[in-house]
Amino acid sequence: MEKTVNQRAWILVLPVVLLVAFSSVIPMMTVVNYSFQDSFRGNDFFWVGLEWYSELLRSERLWDALGRQLLFSFIILLIEIPLGILIALSMPKKGWLASLCLVLIALPLLIPYNVVGTIWQIFGRSDIGLLGRVLIDLGFSYNYAQNAFDAWATVIAMDVWHWTSLVALLSYAGLRSIPSAYYQAAKIDQASRWSVFRYIELPKLRGVLIIAVLLRFMDSFMIYTEPFVLTGGGPGNATTFLSIDLVKMALGQFDLGPAAAFSLMYFLVILLISYVFYTVMISIDKDETKQ
Amino acid sequence: MASITLENLAHSYHAQPITDSDFALKAVNHEWEDGRAYALLGPSGCGKTTLLNIMSGLLQPTRGRILFGDTDVTHLSTAERNIAQVFQFPVVYDTMTVGQNLAFPLRNRGMEAGYIADRVTRIAEMIGLEQHLTKKARGLTADLKQKISLGRGVVREDVNAILFDEPLTVIDPHMKWELRTQLKSLHREFGHTMVYVTHDQTEALTFADEVVVMHDGRVVQIGTPQELFETPAHVFVGYFIGSPGMNFIPVTLDGRQAIAEGGAIDLLQDFENPGGDIVLGIRPEFVRLSRDTGLPIEVKQVRDAGRHKFISAVLFGSEINIVADAGTEIAAEMTKVVFDPSKISVFCNDWRINAGSPQTAKVGAS
Repeated sequence: MEKTVNQRAWILVLPVVLLVAFSSVIPMMTVVNYSFQDSFRGNDFFWVGLEWYSELLRSERLWDALGRQLLFSFIILLIEIPLGILIALSMPKKGWLASLCLVLIALPLLIPYNVVGTIWQIFGRSDIGLLGRVLIDLGFSYNYAQNAFDAWATVIAMDVWHWTSLVALLSYAGLRSIPSAYYQAAKIDQASRWSVFRYIELPKLRGVLIIAVLLRFMDSFMIYTEPFVLTGGGPGNATTFLSIDLVKMALGQFDLGPAAAFSLMYFLVILLISYVFYTVMISIDKDETKQ
Repeated sequence: MASITLENLAHSYHAQPITDSDFALKAVNHEWEDGRAYALLGPSGCGKTTLLNIMSGLLQPTRGRILFGDTDVTHLSTAERNIAQVFQFPVVYDTMTVGQNLAFPLRNRGMEAGYIADRVTRIAEMIGLEQHLTKKARGLTADLKQKISLGRGVVREDVNAILFDEPLTVIDPHMKWELRTQLKSLHREFGHTMVYVTHDQTEALTFADEVVVMHDGRVVQIGTPQELFETPAHVFVGYFIGSPGMNFIPVTLDGRQAIAEGGAIDLLQDFENPGGDIVLGIRPEFVRLSRDTGLPIEVKQVRDAGRHKFISAVLFGSEINIVADAGTEIAAEMTKVVFDPSKISVFCNDWRINAGSPQTAKVGAS
């Protein structure tokens, strides 16, 4: 049988092709284009090949920012995941109190990023901020604008305040879907509270926790607005995370070439780490199911 | 092990129960004898799971007491009652191996490692899990998971009773038979008191020494499978047990005769007309088609199902089922129907009455 030649399909996919082209492929390619060129007076470009890439890979600035970024993501995951689970476990299971808790817990998620930054910027100020003033009156020396440790602590506290809710809500949904027979069986088996958590709740939460870790990792790895509003990346470079550094480079110094190379590498790193996370977690899941 | 006594046990899911209909479980008095196998049979929503959960201690009854032997356990926790329960959906600890699952109740009770290992091996052999002991529980099929569930119950030697809440619901049909057989042999081996909740009469009748039939929050009859079949205490039992269920014919009583519209049926005994609505019940197995004697009938359909023939017919405007042996001759001119008089049950206001003592059944059961 002869195949019918019909080119109409091209017209049908054209809107999507155009949309994707203008929204992501063309801008992305512009960035790729920049990353291989140098520019003078903003408009004269010439080819430099892989120079920006090799220069970046050798620059301490990038590695430092990457190190800070990884440390930051690691710390907030370490705090937010257990804390979120703990909150979910201690929330009421039904009734109006449960609805109230859900609304209260969801509130931080509804606040725009730069507002969160502003809230904490004022909250932590050592002259008028509620937190900063109280800490100083209690005898702590606290100043997030001058002390790197204080700046880190504040940025982490802010992120935990902003995003633990997400983990808590996901875990709460996961917990609610566990059939009551499991708890009844555990009672009959005289399982301790810890055993119930370890052998029933945690395994049943595995799915939502994979999602929570992934979301929180990607999001924290790209964090920009809140620390930018709070500390502007300082004191010094103490809270200059990758995206803050990138913006400094691209807009502050207008180094389009290195910034473009930086963005692409940044993107690849996130893609790579997320991919590794996902594959590892899913394969653990499969292994155990197959056995 | 001990017998389990229910005293005026009632339960309502309302906070302030007032009328009878607020109660999901209406006053139950019953003693489950030590070491017997019982089935709790009834349709969905009749209160059987409520009763089971009260016995296992997962629910607190609104009224009444529950005794294990002579001890009042009404307010004791599930663990203190020392009861095992197998649920409708298999409950296993996913991340543990089969062996760890079986050992879990013993470990929680602080038994010695050596004893636990012996016991787990022994139980696994008995219920056919020995080749799965080192596998993770989560990947297993539903019937194996249900065996683990059961195993966690019987692994404790001192268990007072094992309660089953429709345990075969999610099991493939060909595995149901095997699991049921295994349950029976476990029962013979260990002699635990077993209470098995189901809405499937085949399961109930094959598993149990005695079947407790529930209807609308009430225990309507407790008896052996044979008693339920031959002398149902309530219209519901007649209807629910047997396939197809009992035929019912509204009649009036007149001495030894029951009068149904045009015809009279000889009952062999005088039921001393107690008043109220009288209904005759007769099992399809005890109805016979005939050429000349009996009541007029109109045959609608004859289905041949191998060993039996199922005949549906119309008697005085209402449908009636007949089950005949495969070899029975059925001819077009058979337009009469005959009941085996010794197998006729008489019900007054839904409860069975017996000749000579018309009210006994009703008083005894309500």
